Amino acid sequence: MAVIFELAVQGAQMLLVLLLAPLLIGFVRKVKARLVRRQGPLLIQPYRDLIRLMRKEVVLADNASWLFRVTPYLIFAATWVAAALVPTFAAGLQFSWTADLIVIVALLGSARFFQALAGMDVGTSFGGIGASREVMIASLAEPAMLLIVFSLALVAGATQLSTVAAFMGSPEVGLRVSLGMSLIALVMVAIAENARIPVDNPATHLELTMVHEAMILEYSGRHLAMIELATFLKLVLYVSLISCVFLPWGLAHAGAGPKALALGAAAYLVKLAVLAVLLAVFETAVAKMRVFRVPDFLGAALMLALLGTLLLFVSRSL
Amino acid sequence: MAAVVGRRAPATSLVYGAALAISAALLAIVAGHLADNPGVVSAVALPLGLPWTGARFRLDSLSAFFLVVVNLGGAVTSLYGLGYGRHESQPHRVLPFYPAFLAGMNLVVLADDAFSFLLSWEFMSLASWALVMAHHRDEANRRAGYIYLVMASFGTLALLLAFGLLAGPAGTYAFDAMRAAHPGLLAAGAVLALMLLGAGSKAGLVPLHAWLPLAHPAAPSHVSALMSGIMTKVAIYGFIRVVFDLLGEPAWWSGVVVLLIGGATAVLGILHALMEKDLKRLLAYSTIENIGVVFASLGLALAFKANAMPSAAALAFTAALFHVLNHSFFKSLLFFGAGAVLSATGERDMERLGGLIHRLPVTSFVFLVGCVSISALPPFNGFASEWLVFQAILQSPELPQWGLKVIVPAVGGMLALAAALAAACFVKAFGITFLGRARSTAVERAHEVDRWSLAAMAMLAVFCLLAGILPGFVIDSLSPVTLSLIGDRMPVQTAQPWLSIVPIAESRSSYNGLLVFVFITISASLAAFFIHRFASHALRRGPAWGCGFADAVPSAQYTAVSFAQPIRRVFGSFAFRARETVEMPAPGALEPARLKVDFHDVAWETFYQPITGAIDFATDRLNHLQFLTIRRYLTLVFLYLVILLLVLALWP
Repeated sequence: MAVIFELAVQGAQMLLVLLLAPLLIGFVRKVKARLVRRQGPLLIQPYRDLIRLMRKEVVLADNASWLFRVTPYLIFAATWVAAALVPTFAAGLQFSWTADLIVIVALLGSARFFQALAGMDVGTSFGGIGASREVMIASLAEPAMLLIVFSLALVAGATQLSTVAAFMGSPEVGLRVSLGMSLIALVMVAIAENARIPVDNPATHLELTMVHEAMILEYSGRHLAMIELATFLKLVLYVSLISCVFLPWGLAHAGAGPKALALGAAAYLVKLAVLAVLLAVFETAVAKMRVFRVPDFLGAALMLALLGTLLLFVSRSL
Repeated sequence: MAAVVGRRAPATSLVYGAALAISAALLAIVAGHLADNPGVVSAVALPLGLPWTGARFRLDSLSAFFLVVVNLGGAVTSLYGLGYGRHESQPHRVLPFYPAFLAGMNLVVLADDAFSFLLSWEFMSLASWALVMAHHRDEANRRAGYIYLVMASFGTLALLLAFGLLAGPAGTYAFDAMRAAHPGLLAAGAVLALMLLGAGSKAGLVPLHAWLPLAHPAAPSHVSALMSGIMTKVAIYGFIRVVFDLLGEPAWWSGVVVLLIGGATAVLGILHALMEKDLKRLLAYSTIENIGVVFASLGLALAFKANAMPSAAALAFTAALFHVLNHSFFKSLLFFGAGAVLSATGERDMERLGGLIHRLPVTSFVFLVGCVSISALPPFNGFASEWLVFQAILQSPELPQWGLKVIVPAVGGMLALAAALAAACFVKAFGITFLGRARSTAVERAHEVDRWSLAAMAMLAVFCLLAGILPGFVIDSLSPVTLSLIGDRMPVQTAQPWLSIVPIAESRSSYNGLLVFVFITISASLAAFFIHRFASHALRRGPAWGCGFADAVPSAQYTAVSFAQPIRRVFGSFAFRARETVEMPAPGALEPARLKVDFHDVAWETFYQPITGAIDFATDRLNHLQFLTIRRYLTLVFLYLVILLLVLALWP
């Protein structure tokens, strides 16, 4: 019985991230619109976009190969699995030991690998420019992320996210310089990985300034819907990651009853809303960088993460 | 023509068939030995080689593991050769040396005294040199062969000196005696340095790597696979045998040296690979990166071993060995794929390829598997070993020395950087070669390669997946090696629930490749099912979007060089002193604008050019000695005699 309940909670988590992902995007867009005194689209607009894309026919470039058609499903699957493994409202779920934080980072790496390949499949310059810039950004963001993982693991004693979240919720954490550095670095990486301003502009259609959009320029219909959904999932993943590590309050722990789970879910929604507002305010306040300023931005994240890890090597209590 | 081919084909089949049979038989014997009695050591002394000395051979768990790597690689390569060898224009330049090369690698791993080790090592080097020179009419190949020969002799010289130091004043050849003798601190340091020079030059450690990206691609592709996938592993074997086995307890700073060299090798290797546009050279540079990962991991193992942390040392050492096995799989696979591309199109230059996924569907699929594996992406095997390396790094804050405390996180960052750059590199390798539109007519005429080659590549692709989703079995079968050299082992992995792997017993981290694979499969199928059930099925083919400029020529696509341009701008200025100059013609002028990239191989210019310069200078000067008068020659002889007598007189 207990196992069935645990499995149900795990399943609920998978469905929750999937269903919440478009809502989070809709919320961020709405807040951004309100900040510049626009009415903005409805909160449920991303769902409607997805459904409309699903109904449309796919226009496939003449030269597209099987890889181009398989990639949307692979990207979606890898991102969904990664997002489902990050604790949202409860830690220590049935399959949480399947993958640690390193695996989650690598799963996102897999999704990016295939996305960049799909960008190059048709053989237009847009795909190439997007793919080559994406791997340049990833080549700095990924090591920064791994160093953040190192810092968290050294503080909590394991790379397992549930263990990290449980440790961060306990009083023995205290204030640490290294964690502050990791937080800043993690936010910078999250901004870059999700193609948000100032690294990339999710709303742009100026070809020369875009990275993510350039890679998926040839996608349409249901394929585009899968990729968009994966993009939404990735934002949920990073927001959940930041909230479960740095705002672990209210998180239900392994073997918690329905009441604790409900409390965890409510706390999770509040955290999502707060972080979404912060993201919207930040995006409205800053301007997009030139592409070749991005390495400086991510280099700073990398150095911060490295410094955090170094501090922890020097002393476990820093 | 038909008669010639008719005479050649049986010889090709015979040689590769026999090599396949022998390698498979050896593999079966060794695997059986490893499975039945892992701890048992069997030694034999044969009355071969030097009179009164003989040659000793020994099979223990370490050599058994490397024999598995060598013979598994040998067997698959021979299978590939059965098909690929038929395209060889001059098979008589390859066939005699191929089995000799395989035999040489087997003998190195089995040798149990310095004499037979060095003899087999030289045999291996010379056989591979002959294979590099197979297409010697090409000027570039002749240069590669020459540099390889020089570097190989240099490496053997370093090994000779290392064994001389190990043998001590008594001059004992046998490894047993070396194991029993404990060299002093200075001698141990010198042996470590000499091994890094000797084995490191064969493995491709920076800055001794200069020959590798020249020689490996020059050989026929299946031999490139052997050299990159297997021979570098034999070099690693030599390093492990001496440093972990014969040298006794390591000092902590030996870990620092090996770690630093490993980390630098990993980053520089993959950066060079990213800048490459020749597919086989790209693969050769990526070998350097992987060797760097293995050495960094070995350095960690040394540091842990020196500080009496056996479980962490076992973790790092297992990670290194696992990566050795994994790299032998995917690098062989990728070189086979490059060979398939070469035989189908006659091109190695990625800038003249593209769109091969339509012409070579099976090859492109297995090559993709190789790319995903080498980029350390789950659930394939490259990720499993990288995960172990990162877990080993996370054990290292317990190390007491400050040097290590500072170096280890920095090397961890370098390895993470190398992993991310590797993914970028293989996006480029696959994307430019197989995706997009054809950049030359050779591609349009390409046809899928023969079944032997496809079978060999498919086998390796399956190995990559299996080792990735069932890493626990591999780790457990490595435990006899770590037990014999480190004195500890990783926790029993196959006893873990759901076949997860855990780094050390008390850690709470785990990874389950199998479940990750199952989850991805399930969610991808679920998504596909829902899409097919509920979404529109309509599909229309149309031209690609070109901003209104339809039908851009294929040469307008991103090329290998332009793909790497952002990364070159980020890392190039410090790694290659790269400089870009743009020549813009004046407004109204008709000549084209030009972009020129200045590019330096820093290692070559810093280490090799001064040496070649000095040799040139010295030979110029010494040239005068050939034209002296008889009186001067006599004076020289007399002076030499006086100096010799003085030395003898002053010698204590």
